Amino acid sequence: MTTTADHRPVALSAPALKVNGEDTAIGEVTVHTTALDWLRDRGLTGAKEGCAEGECGACSVLVARPGIDTSTEWTAVNACLLPVAALDGQEIITSEGLGSPASLHPVQEELAVRGGSQCGFCTPGFVCSMAAEYYRPDRTAPAAEACDHEHGPNGFDIHALSGNLCRCTGYRPIRDAAYALGSPAADDKFAARTLAPPPPPAPTAMEVAGSEFLRPASLDGVLEVLADRADAQVVAGSTDAGVEVNLRGARPALVVAVDRLAELREFEFGADEVRIGAALTLSEIERLLDGRVPLLAQMFPQFASRLIRNGATIGGNLGTGSPIGDTPPALLALDASLVLASRRGERVVPLADYFTEYRQTLKAPDELIRAILVPLPLAPLTAFHKIAKRRFDDISSVAIGYAVEVEDGVIRQARIGLGGVAATPLRARATEEALTGRPWTERTVREAAAVMAAEGTPMDDHRASASYRSAMLGQSLLRFYAEHRAPEGVRA
Amino acid sequence: MSQLSERPRQAIVGLPLPHESAALHVTGNALYTDDLVVRTKDALHAWPVQSPHAHARITSLKVKPAYDVPGVVRVLTAEDVPGVNDAGVKHDEPLFPTEVMFHGHAICWVLGETLEAARLGAAAVEVEYESLPSLVTVPEAIAAGSFQGTGRHLNRGDVGTALSQATHVFRGEFEFAGQEHFYLETHVALALVDEAGQIFAQSSTQHPSETQEIIAHVLGVPSHAVTVQCLRMGGGFGGKEMQPHGFAAIAALGATLTGRPVRLRLNRTQDMTMSGKRHGFHSEWEAGFDDDGRLVALDATLTSDGGWSLDLSEPVLARAMCHIDNAYWIPNVRVDGRIAKTNKTSQTAFRGFGGPQGMLVVEEVLGRCAPLLGRDAMDLRRRNLYRPHDTTPYGQPVRHAERLEACWSEVVETGEVERRRMEIEQFNATHPDTKRALAMTPVKFGISFNLTAFNQAGALVHVYKDGSVLINHGGTEMGQGLHTKMLQVAATTLGLPLERVRLAPTRTDKVPNTSATAASSGADLNGAAIKNACEQIRERLARVAGGRLGISPGDVRFSEGVIRGLSFDGEGLRWEDVVNDAYHQRVQLWAAGFYRTEGLHWDPVAMRGEPFKYFAYGVAAAEVEVDGFSGAYTLRRVDIVHDVGDSLSPLIDLGQIEGGFVQGAGWLTLEDLRWDESDGPNRGRLATQAASTYKLPSFSEMPEVFNVSLLEKAHEDGAVYGSKAVGEPPLMLAFSVREALRQAAAAFGPPGTSVVLRSPATPEAVYWALDGARSSGHRAEQLETVELMRSPAGLSGV
Repeated sequence: MTTTADHRPVALSAPALKVNGEDTAIGEVTVHTTALDWLRDRGLTGAKEGCAEGECGACSVLVARPGIDTSTEWTAVNACLLPVAALDGQEIITSEGLGSPASLHPVQEELAVRGGSQCGFCTPGFVCSMAAEYYRPDRTAPAAEACDHEHGPNGFDIHALSGNLCRCTGYRPIRDAAYALGSPAADDKFAARTLAPPPPPAPTAMEVAGSEFLRPASLDGVLEVLADRADAQVVAGSTDAGVEVNLRGARPALVVAVDRLAELREFEFGADEVRIGAALTLSEIERLLDGRVPLLAQMFPQFASRLIRNGATIGGNLGTGSPIGDTPPALLALDASLVLASRRGERVVPLADYFTEYRQTLKAPDELIRAILVPLPLAPLTAFHKIAKRRFDDISSVAIGYAVEVEDGVIRQARIGLGGVAATPLRARATEEALTGRPWTERTVREAAAVMAAEGTPMDDHRASASYRSAMLGQSLLRFYAEHRAPEGVRA
Repeated sequence: MSQLSERPRQAIVGLPLPHESAALHVTGNALYTDDLVVRTKDALHAWPVQSPHAHARITSLKVKPAYDVPGVVRVLTAEDVPGVNDAGVKHDEPLFPTEVMFHGHAICWVLGETLEAARLGAAAVEVEYESLPSLVTVPEAIAAGSFQGTGRHLNRGDVGTALSQATHVFRGEFEFAGQEHFYLETHVALALVDEAGQIFAQSSTQHPSETQEIIAHVLGVPSHAVTVQCLRMGGGFGGKEMQPHGFAAIAALGATLTGRPVRLRLNRTQDMTMSGKRHGFHSEWEAGFDDDGRLVALDATLTSDGGWSLDLSEPVLARAMCHIDNAYWIPNVRVDGRIAKTNKTSQTAFRGFGGPQGMLVVEEVLGRCAPLLGRDAMDLRRRNLYRPHDTTPYGQPVRHAERLEACWSEVVETGEVERRRMEIEQFNATHPDTKRALAMTPVKFGISFNLTAFNQAGALVHVYKDGSVLINHGGTEMGQGLHTKMLQVAATTLGLPLERVRLAPTRTDKVPNTSATAASSGADLNGAAIKNACEQIRERLARVAGGRLGISPGDVRFSEGVIRGLSFDGEGLRWEDVVNDAYHQRVQLWAAGFYRTEGLHWDPVAMRGEPFKYFAYGVAAAEVEVDGFSGAYTLRRVDIVHDVGDSLSPLIDLGQIEGGFVQGAGWLTLEDLRWDESDGPNRGRLATQAASTYKLPSFSEMPEVFNVSLLEKAHEDGAVYGSKAVGEPPLMLAFSVREALRQAAAAFGPPGTSVVLRSPATPEAVYWALDGARSSGHRAEQLETVELMRSPAGLSGV
C-alpha cells in the first residue's frame, strides 16, 4: 500500500459499533461487506434483502446521526447499501432493538393491530422508517387543512415511507398505522437518546484481503489519499457505490469515506450565494433550506426516496456524473457552481461546464467536490418537472429545471436544465435563446416548446421512448407557462 | 345452511383478528427460510452460471477453473444428477440444460464456502455456445407457428350467425403484458442431509408436496426420503407454486453430494431473470351488440406467452378462457386458446391464474366499444351483467348472480357515484389540461382448481393431555392470513379460546400429498379438513362429557373452553378436564382430517362442466385524474364492495381485497416488463430486471381515498363456515382503474372518442392515448385497431 503514512487515519480502537445498545466488534469481514449482511450474519435477521439496491427498504435500520433540531436524530437508511465499515463508532437500532413481541414499540403495535403486515417480509424495514418519522423532532400536528392523504393529523409525512415497498397490503393499513401514532412517551429511551450528542465520526482504517476502507479525520487527509491513489473510490452515503458493489460486483481496492468531514458539511445562506457542503445529505439540505430555494424545495420530494435522501449527498449526486441524476437539472437552472478541492488547491467550476461526456466530468481524479454554490438572488419563476413512471422513488425519464425572469411582460432571462435527454445533463440553450427577450405569451412559449422538443438526443429505453422524452420536453414548457401564466413573480 | 357452512354461537371465525404472526413480523422475529442459514452450521452457498443467450446450444462446459477459486467446494452439473434431470412435472424443464432456452437460463451451479466464493467461481466457469435463432415476442411465435401444450376451444351458441345478425360489430387486436411477482422474499431453499441420507429441505414454496416430489425424482429416491418444510413465505402470489422446485432440488443435490447444508437464495436480478411470471397475452376479438347495447356474440383467439416450457400454462389458459365472460352474459361465445413457446422465462401462476387475462379482453371490448356505440361505459357494463339463472359459456349456472347487481348498486350508493360523476363533468369542463374520470367494473371469479383432483386437503390435529391443541394442515402461509383463519376454524370447531390452539409449520411429513396453496382455495380446502379433524375429536370428547353430564353426546356443546349441555345451563365441564378423562379412558385425542370439494366435474377437452364450487363477486369504482402535459395520473378514490361470503376473518379479508386491488392496478398501470426484442447481442434479455427498473406500486399509487366493504348477507353454503375465497378475485377489481384512465384520456378529445390504451397504462401510454384523443388525426388510427364492421346509419360517423 502506498497511502501516505502521515495522513492515514489512526484508528483508536478495533472497528466496532453499537447495535441495539450493545457494543459489537465489526470483526473479520471484507471492507465491502454491507451493514445488512453483517447484521444478518450476527443473527439479527429482522432486516431483509429485498432488492440490494436501496429501492425496497426491507433493510431499513436506524442510525444515530447529527440532528438539526436535536443533537441526534434517528435516521433511517438502507443497510444494504452501506458498508459496515462506514458505521465504525456509530450506533444503530434494528427492528429487534425497537421492541419485542412481549413489549412492542408504539410503531410496531400500530402496524400489528391494524393489519399492517401480511407476509411480514417488508415489515421490519417499514418499522424502522416509520420509527424515524415518529421521532422526527419537528413532527408536529399541522393545521387541519394541511392534512391530506400524504400528511397525517399527527404530522406524519408519508414521504418518510416512500422508500419502502410492500407487495401485500396495498399500503392503506400502513398509512392508517402511521397516522394513528402519538408522540413518544416521557420515558422513551430512544427519544431520550436524541438529546445527547451523536457518536463522533471515528477515524477508520480497515484493511482486509488487499482491500482498504479509510475514513480520514480531515479533508487534508482525504486529499492526500486522493493525490496518492488514483484508484480510490470516494464514498459518502454509498447509495450509488453500494449498488455497484451489490449488483455489478464492484470491489474497489480502496474506499475513502468523506461523509462526516466537517469541511464538507458547511452550510451558509449568505447575501450573494448559498453555500452547500457536498457531504450534506439531501434530507439535511431540505431541512436547512426550509423552502428558501423553491426550485430545490420542489425537487427534494421527487428525489429518490426518504431512505435514499437520508444517505445520499448532493456532492455524490454530482460526483457520479450520471445523466439522469435529479439535482443537475435543478442546479443548472440555478446557475450553480462547484468548489473542487485537491492537494493542489481549490477551484470553482460552473456546473454548466462540469459535465463533459457520459459519466465524465471536469473533476480530476485527485479532486473532491467540496461545496455547491447557488448564486442569489434567485430567479422569480422556477419549477422542477420530473417525468417518471412512478411518482415516489423513481428514476427520471426526463427532468427539467426552470429559472425564468419576466419583467414588463418580457422574458429577461431563462435558464433551463435538462436531464435524461443526452449523455450528460445539459442546459437547453436553444430554448433559452428562443425565450429570452420575447414577450411572456402563449405564442412565444408554443414556439419555444417546439424548439425545446428538439433539445438533446433522447434515447429509447425501458423507462420511456425517445419520442415520449422529446414530447415531454415541449409539454413541460407548456406546463411551466400554464403554471406561471400570470403569477406573482411576473412583473407587469 | 349446510353442516359445513353453519356457524356455532360465539364463533371465533368472523372476529377481526390481526395476522397470527403480526407481533413476530413487526419485531423482526418472524423467521423466513434465509434467516435459518445463520442458525445452521457450515452451510454452503450456491450461485448459478446464467446464459447470456436467448437460445443456444452448449458446445462446451469447463467447470475446472471454478475450482481454482478459493472457497469453491463443488460445481453441480448434469452428470451429478442420480435421478431425473428435470425441475418440473411435465418433463420439459431440464434442471441442467444442454440447450439454453432463455437469456438467464441457469446452466450449472457453484457451491462455495461463502456467497462471494460461489459468485467468483461461477464467473470462472467457461461455457461455449452455439447461438440459435430465438423467438422473443408472441407475434414472432405466432408467425413461426411455435406453440406448446394443447390448444383449447370453448364454444356456446352460434357465434357466426349471431355476428352476422348483430346490429353493431367491432373487431380488434389487443396485446398486453405479463407481470413480475416481486414477492419481497426471493426464491430460497436450505437443504440438509440427515444420518440416514434423508433430505430435509426448507423451502419458500407454495407447494411443499410437489417440491418434495421433484427433489425425490432428481435424487432418484422415494418421496418418503424427502421432507419439505415451509415456515412462511415473504410473499408468493403464485410465483412459488411451481418455480421453487428446481431451486430446492439444486440445494438438495448439493447437500447430498457434499454432506453439508446448502443454501440457495436468488438475488433479485437472478430471481427476475430466471423465474416465471404472469403470462402476457395476445388477443384478437370480434364482438357483436344489439340495439340495446347487449353483447350478443364474442369471438376471440387468445394466445398466451408461455415462455420456454409448459409449467402451468395449460391450466392458466383454461382459466383465461373460462373467464373471458367476466361478469357478463354473452349468449354466443367462441374462444380459441393456444400457448406460444418463446425464448423467455417459463411463465407460471400469478394471482388470478389466467382469469385476469381473459377478463381483461372483455373489459377492453366494452371500454373500446362503449363510445362507438354512443353509450356510457358504466351503463353498458351494468346492462350486460349476469342475471339469476344465466349460465357461463362452459355451462355452469351462475349461482348468486344477483350479488353482482347488489354489489353494483351498493357501490353506486355508498360511493356517491352519480354526484361525483356530475362533479367530474364540471371539473373537466373548466380544466383543459387536467381531466378526471370514474369507471366501474365488476368481477365474477370461479373458485376451485379447474383440475378436479386438486380439490382435496388434509389436516392433522393433536390434543395434548393438558388440553392444548396443535394443528397441522397442508396449506402454506405467504402472508394471506391462512394460518390465522385456520386457527380460528379450529378454535371455533372445538369451542376453545384462540390461545389454546397453536399451529405448526407446514411439513410434508405431517400431511402428505397436499395441493398447492393456490387458486384462492387455501382456506376452503384446509379449513374444511381442519374442521373435519376437530369434529372427530369433538365427537369423541362429547361421548366422554356426555357420560359425565348424564346427557346424550348429541346434546353436548363446546364453547369458550367449557363443555355443557344443550341448554347451556350450569357450570359445565372444563375442556382440559374432559380431555384428561378421555386420555384415561383411552380415547384417541388426535385426528387426521380430510376434505374433498363435492359436486365438481369438468371435461377439459370439451371445455364443459361445473369446475367451480361457487363464484366470488365484487364491484369497484375508481376515480382518476390525468395530467394532459405528461399523462401522469393519480388515483383519487376507490370504492369497493366485495363478496367474501360470511368472512372467516374480516381484517384478513380486507387486507386481501386492498392488497389484491393495488397489485392488480400495478399490473395494469405501472409494472412494465421489457424484454430486449432487438436483434442485438442482448436479444431476449429482460431489460427490467431490478427494482430500480421494474416499478411496483409504492405509497404514491395507493388510492387517496380507499373504501372497501364486504357484501352483507353473503352466506356461502358450499364452504367452511359460510365463507368464500378471497385471495385472487379482488386483483381484478383494478380493471376500474384502467377503464377510468381510458375515459379520462378520452375526455381530452371530443365526445364519443374511443381510446387505444396500451397495457400497462403507464404515464407514457396514457399520454399517447390522450394525445391521440386531443388531435383529430388520431381517428384513422382508432379505426385500424377497432374496426367498425357494421353499424346502422347515423352511428358510422362515431
